[in-house]
Amino acid sequence: MAVAFDEMNGLGEDLRPAYQELSRWLKETPPDALEYRRQEAELLFRRIGITFAVYGDSEAQERLIPFDVIPRIMSATEWTLLEKGLKQRVLALNMFLKDIYHGRDILRANIIPEDLIFQNPVFRPEMNGQDVPHDIYVHIAGIDIIRTDPDNFIVLEDNARTPSGVSYMLENREIMMRLFPDLFARHRVAPVERYPDELLSALRSVAPHSASAEPTVALMTPGVYNSAYYEHSFLADKLGIELVEGRDLIVKNDEVFMRTTEGLKRVDVIYRRVDDDFLDPLTFRPDSALGVPGLMSAYAAGNITLANAVGTGIADDKAIYSYMPDIVKFYLSEEPILKNVQTWRCREPQDLSYVLDNLADLVVKEVHGSGGYGMLIGPAATKATIEAFRDKLKREPEGFIAQPTLALSTCPTCTDKGLAPRHVDLRPFVLTGSSHTTIVPGGLTRVALKEGSLVVNSSQGGGTKDTWILSE
Amino acid sequence: MLSRTAENLFWLARYVERAEYLARTIDATLRVTALPAAYVGKTNEWDSALLTAGVGPSFYDHYEEANERNVVEYLSFSDANPASIKNCIEAARLNSRSVRTALTSEMWDTINSAWIELQAVWNKGPANREELAKFLRFVQETSLRFDGSAYRTMLRNDAYWFSRLGVHLERADNTARILDVKYHMLLPEEEHVGGPLDYYQWTSILRSVSATTAYHWVYRETLKPWLIADLLILNDTLPRSLASCYSNLVRNLDQIGVAYGRQGASQRHARGIRNRLEHSHMDDIFQHGVHEFIQEFIADNSRLGEIITKQYLI
Repeated sequence: MAVAFDEMNGLGEDLRPAYQELSRWLKETPPDALEYRRQEAELLFRRIGITFAVYGDSEAQERLIPFDVIPRIMSATEWTLLEKGLKQRVLALNMFLKDIYHGRDILRANIIPEDLIFQNPVFRPEMNGQDVPHDIYVHIAGIDIIRTDPDNFIVLEDNARTPSGVSYMLENREIMMRLFPDLFARHRVAPVERYPDELLSALRSVAPHSASAEPTVALMTPGVYNSAYYEHSFLADKLGIELVEGRDLIVKNDEVFMRTTEGLKRVDVIYRRVDDDFLDPLTFRPDSALGVPGLMSAYAAGNITLANAVGTGIADDKAIYSYMPDIVKFYLSEEPILKNVQTWRCREPQDLSYVLDNLADLVVKEVHGSGGYGMLIGPAATKATIEAFRDKLKREPEGFIAQPTLALSTCPTCTDKGLAPRHVDLRPFVLTGSSHTTIVPGGLTRVALKEGSLVVNSSQGGGTKDTWILSE
Repeated sequence: MLSRTAENLFWLARYVERAEYLARTIDATLRVTALPAAYVGKTNEWDSALLTAGVGPSFYDHYEEANERNVVEYLSFSDANPASIKNCIEAARLNSRSVRTALTSEMWDTINSAWIELQAVWNKGPANREELAKFLRFVQETSLRFDGSAYRTMLRNDAYWFSRLGVHLERADNTARILDVKYHMLLPEEEHVGGPLDYYQWTSILRSVSATTAYHWVYRETLKPWLIADLLILNDTLPRSLASCYSNLVRNLDQIGVAYGRQGASQRHARGIRNRLEHSHMDDIFQHGVHEFIQEFIADNSRLGEIITKQYLI
């Protein structure tokens, strides 16, 4: 693979302007001092208890996501472009969802094959014809962005269900400001701390009509054993709202209440971090102990807003992903600002045969997979793995898509052997309320810590970095 | 606030309080057993430690003999004992994690740091007596820090009051138990009290509720069993006395009642117990029987826990 574009050094040794001050600072700072701060950061994370759980990993029930102290920096110009692209993308996602669950113009226009929607397990027939406040389905989106050159931002994945990671964006900044006040003094970094306020006002703005003037918002978590539990409690705390589990809620006369020490209290908006399947045992999985019986009926009655809405999975499905440029054009009559990764749909015979012929060079992903699981990275895989995947592909081609192996951009990162380039991506968080869409400048930069690795997922040994957007 | 949050806060405080109490019990027992037999008699102090911890019967499911090694292990580190210090700290941490939003960062930090230290340093238990002493100090300091940070950093609202209810309910139970067991062992009938033998035994009661100095300030007397009982049961100025626990319980419940705009069964029940303590005299208690009095109290106290649960926590 060719040398990747480096966020700091470009394609060669041409230091990019946003990194000038950091580069100077790095030269002045002895490696020991950096290592010392790194250890300090780890200690802070552990004391604060910023941990996540890895399922099926009994030994390390609570792990830290490794934090890299070298920030990833973007200029204001870069950010302005990215921000515009993100807003466009999320607007299109919301319009697409409204259309799919109502008029279905996009299907009649033959832009997307019908079976890709109707036979998709994440399509929710319960949502057909159901109106949601202000037609917003995706209130919180996490769009995974990668770069391969200085000019383009490419969307790797849209996360429109329950995207996580924003607590790391906020905590990383807190810790960086504590550890490196001098470095901050030398930059003008756009703050991220207003995210909780923006989130709360977005959530309140979509309260149902039957809510009082001061709607009650709650954050619903699957509970203390969920891998993102820390984030749930962190956000509830920052928002000043109750962190509820299914058992704290009860539905009466199609209204949702929480059990409090003063009796039942009505809830108007639920920021739910529970998957569709587990929301309501009466509608979805009957074995779900996490959900609230009757929640969907209150939802249908319009007495509760769920954020994100039920059924948004159809918009971030990997099979739908490949149609996103068409979706943007169809609803907005604009050219998409953010690019898509070239994607072969294995359900189409032509694409399948190309993929089968080029397995060793491609990345193959399960349509419904996430977290970096169940994917094949051709160039890094053994022959046997590739052959096993070939069989899977032939058996169930519609379950897979393939993409070229991209040289994700790199960013200088602390390693055992000093600073070295490691591949990164970026997940900005896009908030949509009744009146406007907001993106706090920055997002979560994830970094693949292993040399050469392209997998940035925390469950697979990825780490995080603070993301700096410089003010003009 | 959510009922589940209130419940977690209530139990979190109880676990921390209980861990400290167990540490004190072990500490006091070690001191007594370190004395020559001539001073303390032949009673098995470790047996009585088990009784005051309320785990007498379950201990013998796992051990043959109540000696220092076994009892210390069972009370502090055993996984088999759901109420061991280790399990109390673990339960406290789990509860804290579930209600992080209701805790101040100082409180969370105390519990989380204690849990980390427990895993990192005390994973295998203390190797010797010196280590054990260090461990017991660590547990007591954790409880002090937790109490102190709650006191200094929490908003004075229902979250704080529910956590205080846990502390005082648990504390009242602990004080009552230690008094009951020791009285039972030391004063079986109308036996003559006094002499060097009992002196150290009585001191150990005071030590386990950290009231040795307090006793002397209050009574300016040598140790007398009825005065010790008076101090631990009726003296409102001693923070671990039953009377003081109930002043606090009544006050916290009233605060909740005012904030919520209504009173209920738990306010009435707590006030009933407090009034009884207020109007009791040691003479009457002795006549009625100390053991009977305390047994009744323990039952009433645990009934208050049930009533609070029913009224607020579920």
